[in-house]
Amino acid sequence: MSADGTATIAKSRAEGKVLSAVQLTVGYQREVVVEGIDLGLEPGKTLALVGSNGSGKSTFLKTIAGLLPPLAGSLEVLGGKPLGSPADVAYMGQFQPSTGTLPLRAIDVVRMARFARRGLVGRMRAEDEEAVRRAMDVMGVTQIARAPLNTLSGGQRQRVFIAQAFAREAKLILLDEPATNLDAHSRETYRRMIGEAVSAGASIVIATHDIEEATACDYALLLARKVVAFGPGCKVLRAETLMSTFGIVGHYTKDGTVVVEREHGHDCE
Amino acid sequence: MTALASVFVTPFASNGFMSNALIAGMLVSIACGIVGTFVVLRGLAFIGDALAHGVLPGVAAALLLGLPGMLGAAVGSLAMILGIGFVTRKSNLSSDTAIGLLFVGMLALGVAIVSRSRSFSGDLVRILFGEILGISSAEILGQLVATAVMALVAAIFYRPFLLLCFSPEQAETSGFSARRYHAVMLTMIAVTVVVSFRTVGTLLVFGMLLAPAATAALFSRKIVTMIAASSAIGIAAVYLGLLSSYQFNLAAGASITLVATLIFFLALTAKHVYRRVVRLAEDSGQAKPEGSAA
Repeated sequence: MSADGTATIAKSRAEGKVLSAVQLTVGYQREVVVEGIDLGLEPGKTLALVGSNGSGKSTFLKTIAGLLPPLAGSLEVLGGKPLGSPADVAYMGQFQPSTGTLPLRAIDVVRMARFARRGLVGRMRAEDEEAVRRAMDVMGVTQIARAPLNTLSGGQRQRVFIAQAFAREAKLILLDEPATNLDAHSRETYRRMIGEAVSAGASIVIATHDIEEATACDYALLLARKVVAFGPGCKVLRAETLMSTFGIVGHYTKDGTVVVEREHGHDCE
Repeated sequence: MTALASVFVTPFASNGFMSNALIAGMLVSIACGIVGTFVVLRGLAFIGDALAHGVLPGVAAALLLGLPGMLGAAVGSLAMILGIGFVTRKSNLSSDTAIGLLFVGMLALGVAIVSRSRSFSGDLVRILFGEILGISSAEILGQLVATAVMALVAAIFYRPFLLLCFSPEQAETSGFSARRYHAVMLTMIAVTVVVSFRTVGTLLVFGMLLAPAATAALFSRKIVTMIAASSAIGIAAVYLGLLSSYQFNLAAGASITLVATLIFFLALTAKHVYRRVVRLAEDSGQAKPEGSAA
């Protein structure tokens, strides 16, 4: 496809979309990771990026965040270039920042979310403190707001980082395996946070291994260093596509043994 | 009272060179407290060390040519920063290797240049350890301006610096270019080294950059507190260092850095002992209810 053709299609598809990719290639300088990503995401919708390690989930997410340049094709984020409006896009990376020596309290970390909105020296306003308070409240970290970061457990820290991502009150929230270190209770808290953001009109892209979490999303993009499938979560997350994504589909029987499931995938009403 | 004053105050009150040294040292401490905090938090100690030594050939060349030493230092640190960037970009080597390589090369070049000078060891010692007892009022003024600029820059760029310490990706996605602010930080380290080397020397400016900030990091819960604490610790080290240099006839620059390092190890030990005591207290506190229940 010619560059002009791609641009025209990109323009027509991007209208009203939070995220729009046309024939997008993502990767690093010398290495193409995934080619030919075509998708659009409307406001208030959730998208799961599903795949194993090295499948291209994080690479695509970083490209949306503006941390990696697109290698080919077009990508529009909130109708402009990635990183065009930092205050409207929140990103939470896969690896926890190494905060061992940082003299920071939990609340200081969450407050950083508002820097994108206030710039270098703009004063923090009441609405900023309110957003910080609310995100910490939902994530259940208000109690530990003034505790030094290096005294918190891994799970507590993870919840603080999730609160940071949501405290930006961004239109597009990008999360790279946010629930990996969370226990069942914290996972529940995290799902409530997602629900609140979506009902406030935010769109969310989540890179995940968790099929259950992906099924709950409006859309799923299955990746295996190529696009395996894209569509509504409950439609594309079937045994065949999961097979091509992960190479194996496990299924627990009642007596606890694992069998490979091929015939039918997740039931979709 | 007067006996105490004659030990602790008189050396500074009655000697112009001692009061000048104290003022200059205090200004260096504040600049190093601000910049050193970010050096420690971002793990830039090695590059700080390299910059401190990278200025050596510049200073030495300026000395031989009869140019101001500060100009040579500025050129030296610029060459160091550009060199590290060049090697890191053009090869697959990590920046440690690039820094180490340039560090050794610049140090050797510096010594080679100084060896052309007639008063070889005297000049070398002066560059490495400074001449804090020979500081002029004009130099104090320069130090004051540099320290004020450093405080201003740190205040304006506090948010991107904080984000960089936390995660360069977060800085980038918050709209603050990680590359640009990293460069600003390196420049601040370089400027601190350039304006401070006259006072405490290239070798010891690095100690002042690191030791007080590392000490403050042991106890601080906020970055602003850490900056204030490391400046205060630096000032204490300058005062005690100068005093012991005067009373026991020791090299001034080395005494200051020695005191700063000693404070760090004292603080580390104090923290360790404190934790032990707290743990013992907790253990005995927990033991009591069990005992009473039985």
